[in-house]
Amino acid sequence: MFANMTNFGGSLFDDFRRLEEEMDQLYGRWPLPAGIRSVARGTYPPLNVGATPELVDVYLFAAGLDPKTLDISIQQNLLMVSGERKAPKKEGSNYYRKERFDGPFRRLITLPDDVDPDQVEAHYRDGILQIQIKRSEASQPRQIEVK
Amino acid sequence: MTETENKDMAKQQSSEVKKRERDADTANRPFVDIFEDTGGITLLADMPGVSRDHLKIEVDKDVLLVEGDARIDMPEHMEPLYADVRSTRYRRSFALSGELATDEIKASLKDGVLSVHIPKRAELRPRKIEVSVG
Repeated sequence: MFANMTNFGGSLFDDFRRLEEEMDQLYGRWPLPAGIRSVARGTYPPLNVGATPELVDVYLFAAGLDPKTLDISIQQNLLMVSGERKAPKKEGSNYYRKERFDGPFRRLITLPDDVDPDQVEAHYRDGILQIQIKRSEASQPRQIEVK
Repeated sequence: MTETENKDMAKQQSSEVKKRERDADTANRPFVDIFEDTGGITLLADMPGVSRDHLKIEVDKDVLLVEGDARIDMPEHMEPLYADVRSTRYRRSFALSGELATDEIKASLKDGVLSVHIPKRAELRPRKIEVSVG
């Protein structure tokens, strides 16, 4: 619960720093401290971000969601996804493990600066929420003709 | 079969074993809920991205193995910017006990959530014993 409330996703740079921190645990010490907005490992839902020159894709690994509970918004290059994942305990049963996330969540993702907030599409399939954001044409690489 | 062929086969088998071990190393351990009621044990596992065709549930010598491959449609030449999830494979196994009817396991998959129900053997299900008065 508190993990969600303090989950203000960091900028990509912070995330990179976090990646480096993880590498650090594997390969040795990294001299920089963790980004102050970097989130704890295991924050729900885990996500991946990938980019091509034309678009940015965000994949949220969120099984068993009701898409109606989802709230996705974008402000300039800051993408916010919140919702509720329900995985309550079944009454009258003995639980041995309860690892699946239950409750509201919220993640903020800083996208590259050149995304176009007017061109966003979201799909939910097999438990993965895919959000695709087009990048503005002005920033795409262009061939320059020599006259 | 010549000796070389024999060796080649042994080599191939060992490389397959190694591949399996590597897969097991890098695979995600799906989060699970496991609970029991009078009818049996239910296991719920989060396996986002897995469809029915890429899911495998196996019982071998009282070990339940759950395996799946997440298939994600990604544009070509995508460059990763950030990744919490490093593997598209899921794998986790559980030892079962003798009172469970492993031949009556039922499984279903919806929105990346796998649900497996393992009933108890009928003769071992707890029975209410009526106490008659008089």
